[in-house]
Order: sequence, then C-alpha cells, then structure tokens
Amino acid sequence: MNPQSLLPSVPEFLAILPEISLVILIVAVLAYDRILKPAERRRVGLLAAWGSIVILLITVGLWVLFREPEPNRSLVESLMWGGMIRNDLITLIFRVMFLVAVAIVSLISLDVPALQRGEYFALLLSATIGFSLMAAGSDMIMLFLAIETASISLYILTGFLTDDRRSTEAGIKYFVYGAFASAIMLYGLSLVYGITAQTNIYVIASLVAQSGAIPPEINGLFLLATVMIVAGFGFKISAVPFHFWTPDAYEGAPAPVTAFVSTASKAAGFAVTIRVFAAGALGAPNFDSEWWAMLVAITIVTMTLGNILAIFQSNIKRMLAYSSIAQAGYTLIGLVALTPDGSGAAMFYLLMYVFTNVAAFGVVVLVSRETGSDDMQDFYGLSRRAPYLALAMLFALLSLGGIPPTAGFIGKFFIFKAAVDAGLWWLALIGVLNAFIGLYYYLSVVKYMYLYRSDDEEERIPVSRAASVALALSVLGIIYLGIAAGPAFEWTRQAGAAFFPFSG
Amino acid sequence: MLTFMTFFPLIGVALILLLKPFNRESDELIKRIATGTSIVTFILSLVVLGMYNRADPGLQLVGRAVWIDVLNIQYYMAVDGLSILMVLLTTLISMLATAGSWTGIEHQVKQYFVFMLLLEAGMLGVFLAQDLFLFYIFWEFTLVPMYFLIGIWGGARRVYASIKFFLYTMAGSLLMLLAILYMGLSNDTFAVPELVAGRSAFAAAQNWLFLGFAIAFAIKVPLFPFHSWLPDAHTEAPTAGSIILAGVLLKMGTYGFMRFNLPLFPEASVTFAPTIAVLAIIGIIYGAIVSFAQTDVKRLVAYSSVSHLGFVMLGIFSLNNLGLQGAILQGVNHGLSTGALFYLVGVIYEKRHTREMSDFGGIWRAMPIFSALTLIITLSSMGLPGLNGFVGEFTILMGSMGSEALGPYPWIYTAFATSGVILAAIYLLWMFQRVFMGPLDNPENQALRDVNWGQLAIILSFLVFIVWIGIAPSGYFALMDETVAALVRSIGSAVVAMP
Repeated sequence: MNPQSLLPSVPEFLAILPEISLVILIVAVLAYDRILKPAERRRVGLLAAWGSIVILLITVGLWVLFREPEPNRSLVESLMWGGMIRNDLITLIFRVMFLVAVAIVSLISLDVPALQRGEYFALLLSATIGFSLMAAGSDMIMLFLAIETASISLYILTGFLTDDRRSTEAGIKYFVYGAFASAIMLYGLSLVYGITAQTNIYVIASLVAQSGAIPPEINGLFLLATVMIVAGFGFKISAVPFHFWTPDAYEGAPAPVTAFVSTASKAAGFAVTIRVFAAGALGAPNFDSEWWAMLVAITIVTMTLGNILAIFQSNIKRMLAYSSIAQAGYTLIGLVALTPDGSGAAMFYLLMYVFTNVAAFGVVVLVSRETGSDDMQDFYGLSRRAPYLALAMLFALLSLGGIPPTAGFIGKFFIFKAAVDAGLWWLALIGVLNAFIGLYYYLSVVKYMYLYRSDDEEERIPVSRAASVALALSVLGIIYLGIAAGPAFEWTRQAGAAFFPFSG
Repeated sequence: MLTFMTFFPLIGVALILLLKPFNRESDELIKRIATGTSIVTFILSLVVLGMYNRADPGLQLVGRAVWIDVLNIQYYMAVDGLSILMVLLTTLISMLATAGSWTGIEHQVKQYFVFMLLLEAGMLGVFLAQDLFLFYIFWEFTLVPMYFLIGIWGGARRVYASIKFFLYTMAGSLLMLLAILYMGLSNDTFAVPELVAGRSAFAAAQNWLFLGFAIAFAIKVPLFPFHSWLPDAHTEAPTAGSIILAGVLLKMGTYGFMRFNLPLFPEASVTFAPTIAVLAIIGIIYGAIVSFAQTDVKRLVAYSSVSHLGFVMLGIFSLNNLGLQGAILQGVNHGLSTGALFYLVGVIYEKRHTREMSDFGGIWRAMPIFSALTLIITLSSMGLPGLNGFVGEFTILMGSMGSEALGPYPWIYTAFATSGVILAAIYLLWMFQRVFMGPLDNPENQALRDVNWGQLAIILSFLVFIVWIGIAPSGYFALMDETVAALVRSIGSAVVAMP
C-alpha cells in the first residue's frame, strides 16, 4: 500500500465493501423507519432482511466473479488497511454466516410486534458489522473495537423489550458480565502489547516464535495475559467457566435476539479465537503450549457441563442456551486439533449451526408468541397444532443431536474426524459420549411435540409468510449441508489452511 | 438398479405428500399408494434377484460415485450373497407389514405410511451400502421412523419404549462411529472392500475396533446382556412395527457382524468367538426361560426372539460354512416365523383388545382357520422338521458342532443350544394350548369371527415361504454359497497367519 495516496486501492476498498454496504443499509433502515406510517412498520424488517440478502449476494458475488478475496494471496498481501484487517477466505465464510443469520433473524423478528422499530433492525445490522470486523480483524486494536461494536449492540438488543422485566434484567446482566470480560481481555491485550510492543497478531506471532523474544523471566506474565484473553474470548463463545451469563441472557432476551446471539455472535467469537490462537500470537500452535492444555480442559468441561445441565431445563430457551454451550464445546474440538482440517471442520460446524439454531429459535418465536411463555409444555402435541413448525423443529433437533441425514451429523463427523486425525482420539471419544447425552434432551422435545397430547390441540398456530420463508430456508440449509456437504466442506477446509500462515 | 430400488419407497412418500395440494387426500388413497409402492419395491427386488449371479462370490450390481471428495467418501451400493436374502426379506416383510396395517391404523394415517416407507428405504440402504460412511447414515436413519412408529402408534407405554429403543441403539452406534473414523483415517477410504484389502493398516487396534462394531450390532441383535430394550420395544410397537423390528431390524445386527466384523477383523473374530458364543447360548436359554413367565402373548413372542437370535449368533461365530449359512437362513426364518406370529397376535388384538393369555382359551372353536394357521407357524418357530425353522437351526447346530473357532470341545456349545430347541417347544406349545385349546368359556371369545380374505392372504404369504424353505432350502443356500465360502476362506487364511 502506498502511504502517500489518500484514496484506498481497489482491493482495500473491496475488502470492506460488505461493511460499507451494511452502513448504507443501516442509514436506509433508519430513514425508512421515519417516513413509514405506524401501520406499515413491518416493512422496516423486510428492508433489513432483503438488504442483508443483497449484501450477501454482493459478498458471494465478489468471490464467485472476481475471486475476491483471492485465496492465493500471501499473508502480507492479504493484510489490508495497515494490517488492521485480513481479507481472506476465513473472513468471507464468516461474513456469509453472519449475513445469513441476520437475514433469517430479521425475517423471524417480523412476527414479534414489540420489535417492529427501526432501531431494532439498525442494531442487528450494526452488530453484524462488528461481527464482520471481528472475523476480519488481524490487529488487537481492531479486534477489540469490533468486539465492542458487536457487544454493545447486543446488550441493547437483549434488553430491548423495556416493559418486560426479564428482558431488561437479561440486558443488564449481559452488560455487566460483558463489560467485566472485556476489561479483563483488554488488560490481557495490553500486557501482550507491553511485552511485544506490537499490535498486529501476525507480527506478534512471528515475534513469539523466535526463541528468546520473550525473556524467560516474563514468561509468567505472558501466560497471565493469555489467561485473560482466554477469559474474554471464552465469554464471547460462552465456554465454561465463562458461561454464566448465557442461560439468563438467552432466556430473557427476545427470542430472535437469542437466535442471533447464539449463532452469529458465537461464530464471530470463534472466528477471533481460532484466528488468534491458530496464528500463534499467544504461543506456537502445538500440543506443548500451555494455552493448548487450557483450551482442551475448557473444551471438555464445556461439552460435559452444557449437556448435563441442559437435561434438567424446563424452559425451552434455557435448554437451548445450555445446548449452545455444549455445541461450543464440540466446535472447540476443531480448534484444539490445531490442524487446517480441524479449523475447517469448526467453521463448517458453525455454518451448519447457524441454520440449525436459527430454525430452532424461529419455531420458539412462533410458538411462544401464541402461548405467551417459553415453557416446554407449550410444545406438547405441537405436531398436531402446527405440523410444519413441528417438522422444522424436528429437523433442527435432529441436526443438533447429530442424526443423519442432517447437517449436524456431518458437522460432528468432520469435527471428530479431525480430532482422531490429530491423534486426539480420546477427545473424540469424550465428544461422542457427550453427543449421546445431548441426544437425550433433544429427543425429549421431539417426544413432547410428537408423542404427547395437549388440551389446546385444536388451536392452530398461525405462521406468517416471512416466518415460513425463514424456516424453509433454514431447513433447506440443514438438509443441503447434510446431504451434499462436499463443496461447503472443501471451502471451509481451504479457508482453514489460512488460519495457519506460519506452519507448512 | 439397487439405487432405484432403495429409493423407490421415497417416490411413494412424495406421492403421499403431494396429495394435499390436489385436495385428493384420503386415508384410503394413502393406504393404496403405500401398499402399491411396497409391492412394486418387492417386485424390483425380484428383478434384482434375477440379475444376481450366484456363482460370483464378490459384490455385484455395483453403483459407485464420489460423494464427499475431500474425505474420499463414496456412494457405493452393491449386493452379494450375504445381503441378497436380506434384501428380499426386507421388501417382503415391508410389503406384508404395510398391507397388514390396513385396518389397524386409525389416526395420523398419512404420517404412519410415510414413516413405513422411509423405514423401508433406510433398511434397504443398510443392507446394500458398501461404504462405511454411507452405511452409518442409513443405519442411523432407520432409527428415526421406527422411533415415531413405536412412539405415536404404540401401546400404553409407547413413549418409554420408543425412547429406550432410540437411546440404546444410539449408544452403540456412536462407538461404532469412532471405530469407522479410525479405520477411515488409517486407510484413507471408507469403502469396505478396500478396507478389507488394507486391513493390515489397523490390525494392531483390531480388538478395540471389533468391540466398537460388535457392541453396536450386539445391541441391535440383541445379544444377551444387551437385550433389555427389545421386549419393551416389541411389545409396545404397533403390529407392523413389531413385524419389521423382528423381521428386519434385528437382522441388521447379525448382518453387520457378517459384513463388517468377520472380514475386517478376522483375528479378533476368532479371539472373541468363544465369548460371543457363550453369550449367544446364555441368550438362547435365558430368552426361553423368560418366555415361560410371560402372560402377554406379544411379550412371549418378543422374548422368544432373544432366544432365536442366539442361534443366529452362535452360527455366525462358528466361523465355518455351515454355521454362517445356517445363520443367514435362520435370520430369514426368524423374520418370517416371528413376523407372522406378531401379525397373528395383531389380528387377534384388533378383535379383542387384549393380549393376556388368561383372557383367551378355546379359540380354535371360534376361529378354526386362524388357529390352524397359527399352529403351523408356531411349529415352524419351534423348529419342526419340514418347516423352515428346522433347516436353519439344524444347520447352525451342525456348524457349531464342527467349529474350530470354539475351542477343543465345540459339542458342549451344541448341547446347550439344543436344549434351547426343547425349551422353545415347551413354551410355544404351552402358549398355543392356553390360547387355542380348552373350553371356549369366555363369552367375548365366543363372538369372535374368523379371519377375512385380506388377512388370510397375508398369513398365507408368510406360510408359502415358511413351507418352501422347510421343504426345499437348497435354492436359498445356493444364493449365498459362494460368498460365504469366500468369507470363510479369507478368515481361515488370516487366522493361519496369526502368530
């Protein structure tokens, strides 16, 4: 890049084109909201949904038509804007996840009257910008700013229902925990800066890799910084023991927001986590690193605790919250395998999880709007009240449980395969046992929907067209990724290699 | 051809689902489409039989394509002597079970027949898949429709039974998945023939891999002590569900042992053969003894399955020609006889809404045709010479007698197993006596009408094969001769090379 020129080069411009488009969309949404009559408020959400689909098409179009981001670019070439972001396949795939999530979430939000406001959709989109930059960010400062952009939007979204006490409480709780985690992470990041005098994670990684770059007497300090950064990242991906906010926030937040937090936000957290650790910014990515042992312990505890606690939930949103903790555990297996295949498998897993969990929460939105609560009992006899909703939920649950022919099975298969491949067969075994525990509570919901009867069986649950489009898209995604996983996995695997610029 | 046959039931599913937009949805039409689809599938399987060359021991009618390129996962379907009879059994039993549900299903008719057809496609896939990944997908997939069949249309404790069925099977399957992953990685392929050829790559771990597969299959069979899901599932399932469970799903377990455990881990198979044979014999005797204690006819038939499947397992782990051939044929026999018994129980349950033996007695006077047919099928289940059960059990007993894998005194196994045949005669005849003989003193039973033409046709279809196999089994053995002989040779040569 040329420091004299004030205008960015074309690749630099293209690298943030999706984010620029999102900003334009936010402005459009806010302006449109002003000129609409109150009765036409629904159209704001439609604009947000269609706008994000258009941006999705732009993003994918850049890749298909112009090979942008160019996968064969070297590391240095792919770093843009003074090394602030890296435009690579990883960024692309995560952007696709976020845009799919925000589009579908906007569609399912249309059925919740209290959310029909311009600010709501603008915040969803601004969080998406944060996620996008989290996935692209390759500089600690950029990462922190992106994380905060996303988080602050999400805090407000979680507490968006101001006349619902649970929603406000959830928002405050999420905010307090989040601010605390951010502060700790920022302290960790500043320690790393203090030790290395660098902020770009790839520069830090190459420094750390040199022997003697970190004097032995401050090794402990470096480790402390690592622990603090793990705490911050762990919060974003809701890994145990940084998960305490998850059930409360998921339960209190409006269900579409929960769908968004549990998929896009989690995926963004993983993008950052995998990028930082796989690059080796906190120590070489091999099985001798201290952070590796730490992450493995977190992986095991996250899967196990999430699954076991999920069994005892009687609120569907809390159950899905613990389930999402457990799912984060499976995804972490892909990271700790420390191979391009493993990271690719983790990305595939997140991709399928976006479709799966959005479908599950989409059904929850519609059912709880009709029944007025999130109790599991609302799902009794759902197959009679709303056969297609029950079918969508069935696919989502089978996918979460990892039963073929859904995407969840293939996702788990790739993850476990990567683990066995890396010699971590014992970790795969723990994962498999956990998948079995998980099956129990997913199956319980299937049981409620299909095998139990309820007194309100005659009351049909109305499904709006927007919601049926959203659910149909998600279910098609689940089935497509389950049957024809080849191309998508090839794509994420190729991207997985970009996580490891220094090995191989 | 195989692909077309396997996925043909899905065409029926699509037709049934498409009825609604055309406003032609009626239960009657759905039943016709479902039954028609299963009949056509049966005819397709006969076409497959016609194309099948029994002199060729290898895989035939191969359909092969790359599926997930990166991991070298293939779509790979083929048939050989181990599976051809299983395929025919699946299409036959599915056809009879679908036709047999014509009257028994009153609510959610559409979903019921959709699940039946999905199940048929899944089962055919299990028997034809030659790629472990593909096999696993079909294997797991059969769980879902069966879960709903038991859970929605089952008896009083259906919810409990369906969950137990699902979780038990799943527990075993997941360990199998790990074993599959391990082998797929060591050889960079999931195709079974390639894995068999390259088995030295994972020979060191084969005892563990054997167990990974064996537990999954043993739960399905079920081999003692993994059988406890079976009585619940069988008893609570609707009639057609029980017929398919007994007729086909259990055979997926025994088939798995033959298709995967024996050729992939021959040394481990020999190592574990005595243990599994002992468990099989415990199953034979335990199943028989528990059958005595049952007062519910359906539960009795369910426990008798544990006993019968013990014979099949004993035959497989005799690891010789006779044993394996007997095991395959006995699998078919059990499917026919027990399937038919479940159907008969279903017929009488529809009429009387009870299965307690004490509620019956003297049925022969009220329903002579039904009773006579039941007697023949009961006798076939007992292993009376001239009917199918005898051929299978006799071959298995011969096989175990001459087995080298079972140690220096194989006749001990044979002796214990034979006692199972005697016990079976006792509990089945006792059941028959209590239900059909004696005075017709219960007024509700006096009003019973005999079977109608439709039911008679289904029972007779079972009977044709029961008698045919009993009198002229050689044609059936000929179908599997070459493949079994090749399998036994390959085990033999691997074992000779053992240190």
